Amino acid sequence: MDPIPAEGTAMYRWLLCFRYLRTRYIALASIISVMLGVATLIVVNSVMAGFAAEMHDRLHGLASDILIECHASGGMPDPDGHLKEIRAILGDKVEGASVSVHVPAMLGIEFNGQLITRHVNLVGIDPETYDTVSQFGRFLLHPQNQSMVDFNLRDGGYAPDRENFPDAGWAYRRQRASYEKLLAEERDRIDAAVRKARGEQPATASDPSDDAAAQGPSMSYGFSPAMIESNDAGQAKMFDASVDQFPGIVLGIATCSSRMRDSDGDVRDHFYCRPGDDVRMMFPNASDNAKVVNQKFTVIDLYESGMSEYDSTFAFVRLDQLQEFRGMINPESGIRSVTTVQLKLVPGANLNEARDDLRRRFPPDVYAFNIQTWRDMQGPLLAAVRLETTILNILLFLIIAVAGFGILATFFMIVVEKTRDIGTLKALGASGGGVMSIFLSYGLLLGIVGSGVGMVGGLLFVKYINSIAAVIEKITGQEVFDPTVYYFNSIPTIVDPITIAWVVAGSILIATTASVLPALRAARMNPVRSLRFE
Amino acid sequence: MNDQPVLRATGIYKSYQKDSLEVPVLRGVDLDVPYGKITAMVGRSGSGKSTLMHLLATLDRPDQGEIYFRGKRIDNASRAERDAYRNRDIGVIFQFYHLLPELSAVENVLAPMMIGQSTWQYFRNRKQARLRAEAMLDRVGLLHRGAHKPSELSGGEMQRTAIARSLMTQPSVLLADEPTGNLDTETGADILRLLRGLNRDDGLTVVMITHDDSIAAGADNLLRMKNGRIQDERILQVA
Ligand SMILES: Nc1ncnc2c1ncn2[C@@H]1O[C@H](COP(=O)(O)OP(=O)(O)O)[C@@H](O)[C@H]1O
Ligand SMILES: [Mg+2]
Repeated sequence: MDPIPAEGTAMYRWLLCFRYLRTRYIALASIISVMLGVATLIVVNSVMAGFAAEMHDRLHGLASDILIECHASGGMPDPDGHLKEIRAILGDKVEGASVSVHVPAMLGIEFNGQLITRHVNLVGIDPETYDTVSQFGRFLLHPQNQSMVDFNLRDGGYAPDRENFPDAGWAYRRQRASYEKLLAEERDRIDAAVRKARGEQPATASDPSDDAAAQGPSMSYGFSPAMIESNDAGQAKMFDASVDQFPGIVLGIATCSSRMRDSDGDVRDHFYCRPGDDVRMMFPNASDNAKVVNQKFTVIDLYESGMSEYDSTFAFVRLDQLQEFRGMINPESGIRSVTTVQLKLVPGANLNEARDDLRRRFPPDVYAFNIQTWRDMQGPLLAAVRLETTILNILLFLIIAVAGFGILATFFMIVVEKTRDIGTLKALGASGGGVMSIFLSYGLLLGIVGSGVGMVGGLLFVKYINSIAAVIEKITGQEVFDPTVYYFNSIPTIVDPITIAWVVAGSILIATTASVLPALRAARMNPVRSLRFE
Repeated sequence: MNDQPVLRATGIYKSYQKDSLEVPVLRGVDLDVPYGKITAMVGRSGSGKSTLMHLLATLDRPDQGEIYFRGKRIDNASRAERDAYRNRDIGVIFQFYHLLPELSAVENVLAPMMIGQSTWQYFRNRKQARLRAEAMLDRVGLLHRGAHKPSELSGGEMQRTAIARSLMTQPSVLLADEPTGNLDTETGADILRLLRGLNRDDGLTVVMITHDDSIAAGADNLLRMKNGRIQDERILQVA
């Protein structure tokens, strides 16, 4: 006689497991738990990947590939020589290079008669080359500055695509200057009237100390001749705020604004100063015996990268001006110093290798240089995000494992319930393996259906995540995705097919594995015992 | 070949363990099932009739003794051989029908075919299989009930479906454990007529356990189970 076909190839198992799937509603619970687990895993992974990619992009874009910082307060002289040396080491891997001066500074903003102070990182940049090593221009508010910033105040037209952005530019500056002039005149008039009433001598126009500060650095010693010259020139004619500007500065948007909700719950930016206003910067000069330089700048634009770390700490001025203010120009040779060299390498270049090459050439015990890649600088943050993703995945897979135990329990119940049918099948000639395969196929089918539906659901959720967030916001009145926190306008997502394949395969495997024990029990069941009694 | 008994059991011993106490059920059963006859087996409840039938169907193994099917020993055959034996050589019906509740009547009838063939084979032959299943249902007078689930059938209809199912793979022996035990007299008589018709028309060998002496009286062959043995054996000659 022919043996019964190899275990599990027989047709009845599929028929039966489809029927069980349709008639056992308890199995639906297992399917739903697998489905929810898979959907959640897909959504969480896509959102985390989206955030991570966005963050990577931003961090990388902002940070330049390799950063060489000189810790000496006077910086490194002869940046051109250094750059030549660097290019010799790295060869044609260098795509762009830019030198700059970084200096810690205090920003003072006069607002409603009060002085708001902020600690900032003042960066003197070379507008020509800075954009080749890191994204800068694109984060400025004025469309023309985005292509090329010349550190001169523009007439207007700042942030055209931003609602509720206040008036800014020359028009605003003129208006404010005339308003202040009127205010000063009015005050003088009242002062004069008061004094006259008291019978005192009429006073001069305004406070003399104000004038002095307005006209340039408060210290005039220790500067280059050029600097003193320009000071003299500045003093030569009267400064008129309605037509003149101080050296231009670009402020990080969060250094001079605060983002909050109004009573209606709408997000609003409040600006303490805007393009057209003047601010004060205090920073150390480059001499060994450091003094504080106190310099007024005119805000010519704001910088909004979306990374709060950058937006709240950076202020940009022209490199040559900052070098002059800090006295970083050798009076004899005219050679200027910089504190920082930023490099951009060609795409695909090995950053760590390049960094190590540079470190070998400029060993830290000889040079006070700190050479880092952008990943080194953001290492802890990137590692934290990776760890977070890993832990979330483990937790969510535990959810699917819980679903697996649910399947295990459900299947044991079904096996007990089906005891009689299992006996019947064996009496009809079904092998133990055949009976086992019914329940294994059942688990497989549950896993496939559950993770299939979960996958589709998860992908749809990811696709419409922003609309869903909006609906949830509307229903609960609570902002799901708070732009005051994230600086993204929408939730970024990336769907990675490999991740999805892993998630789906993993959950199918878990569902199938969970059905092994019940299936074994069914296979081992004594047919006589299950047939004997009704 | 026809003189040879289809099923033969010799010296069968079977006992069950109950609270570390051995309870002997079968104590040296010798049995010949002649070809093409209806053999009835009677005996008190608990005398071990079902136990013997399960042994004949290789659903269980005897402690001692041998069982032969057409002269070939089957009680110690391999698992696969026993599966094939149950699937093709014998048909089994029970007092409680044991239909699969998720399947319709016709699917229940098809089940032995699905079990006995690979998916591929079954798919290739599914038209003939279906025709045969319908013919079997027709044979038991239930063609019009093919699409019904067991829960929608009466007891008699379920038993007839079970008979159709047992005939699906053209077995040479039908083992029936109190097939009328759960039916009223009239329906029971219908089932009996059906079995007798199968025996007469197709030469099907039937082994039937029963409580009903009137049914037993109508059999060709009567066996009485008593004290774990076949006590007296009486061969009835039909005209
Ligand atoms: N699995 C078992 N464990 C213990 N005793 C059993 C088992 N199966 C059957 N028996 C016992 O074997 C005896 C014979 O049972 P059975 O063959 O069903 O009798 P019958 O079918 O003649 O009524 C009964 O006393 C029954 O209690
Ligand atoms: Mg019995």
